[in-house]
Amino acid sequence: MSAVAIELENLTVAYQRHPAVHHVSGTIAAGSLTAIAGPNGAGKSSLLKAIIGELRPSSGMIRHRLKSTDFGYLPQAADINRRFPISVLDTVLLGAWRQSGALGHIASAEWQKAHDALEAVRLGGFERRGIGSLSAGQFQRVLFARLLLQDASVILLDEPFTAIDGRTTRDLLDIVAHWHGEGRTVLAVLHDFAQVRAHFPQTLLLARDVIGWGATADVMSEANLRKARAMAERWDESAGICEPAR
Amino acid sequence: MTAYDLLLAPFADYGFMRRALVACLCLGLGSGPIGVFLMLRRMSLVGDAMSHAVLPGAAIGYLIAGSLSLTAMGLGGLVAGLSVALLSGMVSRATSLQEDASFASFYLSSLALGVLIVSLRGSNIDLLHVLFGTILAIDASALYEIGAISTATLATLAIIYRPLVAECFDPGFLRAIGGRGPIYHFIFLLLVVLNLVASFLALGTLMAVGLMMLPAAIAQLWSPSLPSMMAIAAASATASGYLGLIASYHLELASGPTIIMTAALLYAISIFLAPSGLARRYLPRPHLKG
Repeated sequence: MSAVAIELENLTVAYQRHPAVHHVSGTIAAGSLTAIAGPNGAGKSSLLKAIIGELRPSSGMIRHRLKSTDFGYLPQAADINRRFPISVLDTVLLGAWRQSGALGHIASAEWQKAHDALEAVRLGGFERRGIGSLSAGQFQRVLFARLLLQDASVILLDEPFTAIDGRTTRDLLDIVAHWHGEGRTVLAVLHDFAQVRAHFPQTLLLARDVIGWGATADVMSEANLRKARAMAERWDESAGICEPAR
Repeated sequence: MTAYDLLLAPFADYGFMRRALVACLCLGLGSGPIGVFLMLRRMSLVGDAMSHAVLPGAAIGYLIAGSLSLTAMGLGGLVAGLSVALLSGMVSRATSLQEDASFASFYLSSLALGVLIVSLRGSNIDLLHVLFGTILAIDASALYEIGAISTATLATLAIIYRPLVAECFDPGFLRAIGGRGPIYHFIFLLLVVLNLVASFLALGTLMAVGLMMLPAAIAQLWSPSLPSMMAIAAASATASGYLGLIASYHLELASGPTIIMTAALLYAISIFLAPSGLARRYLPRPHLKG
């Protein structure tokens, strides 16, 4: 593999001292396409939030040489105010932030890119629609169009296909494959193991601790999946202090 | 009575009516769009609370200046309003109290303190002025200050429009790209307090927020897009000011409450007639083919 995009060194992220991500070490290669799989409560979303800097690690390090605008982050849909009176085109144009900044004007090239991005997610002609009138699947397409415009070198997707129908998921997976082809680094939190096996060459199987990390076929073994399920959602009120590993 | 007598004569004949009209137009232009953002951030009641929180500062300014001076009361109100906003934010982050609960505690304390300070030194008439405003007694210098606040409000909103919209609509996105959302939130709070201080002299502490929230609610009933919502809010706020002044002149009613009642009337009409209002619900039109 080529250069390292992000390096995790003994990373632990904790809520009220209970670890959600526990002693994770490893590297994410530049240009790799990695799925983060695991049961609910396995710390998948927390890991993404730690990488973009929204959560502070309790211990350990995240190393990269990227600016915050180099990341494209798609959070779980619940974080967004879907009733806000903003048009589809304006939502997509937020992706031009790196060029426009908070206060600058948006160049005509960016307008063209926004239209192209909407065509790419099959929402051509939706520019003037309010986002309140879109279905869940259409709205997810809009967010992918915004990511397309962001032109980020590292793209983090948090459960991008939850509650999305098969056709939309296929279209959006095509875009993910396209990003991979362009040499961008993509990390996606996913629930659907079949999807992981079919579309993602690398997998990080997480159940607070790393169960497996590497080529998908090796990681997604029956034994590993059983192990992941067994470790899920354990919250021990009386847990002692974790001794430094190694 | 001719149309001229009805609609223009009050302003042609009396200087205080002209000044009141200009003050209302300025207040409406600034407060309408601010109210729309408050509503979209689900902070409608925060605006109300904030208008009360302004009182002790304004009262102290009034005591120091010895008269209803907008500069002194405005500065005091600005300090008081911002401290309550910041303190309640800090308390809700540091304790298990939700933001609305800590806000309510702070503004109630603030309102009580303000009324106490005014009653300590001023007369009951002063208290009435502070609570209900004196739009017919606005002088030229107060008018300049109200105009300056409206101008600054509209210019600032135009400049920070994109980050403010992003912060309301998708704060997570703004955080992820390093967009410094809290700075724009603070600038916005500053604008809210400034506009409340401007409305304070005209409409009093109890109704200062009226020209913000009623026009915002009207705008949301009529329009699905943010720019037109802001235009509708500004238009309905200024229209309420003009119509309210005329009604109060001819019917010999108190001006401040009449202006807010006019806005309330427009709101009631909108509830029935607007696209998302009651009339459409009970008189459904046939659906389209696709």
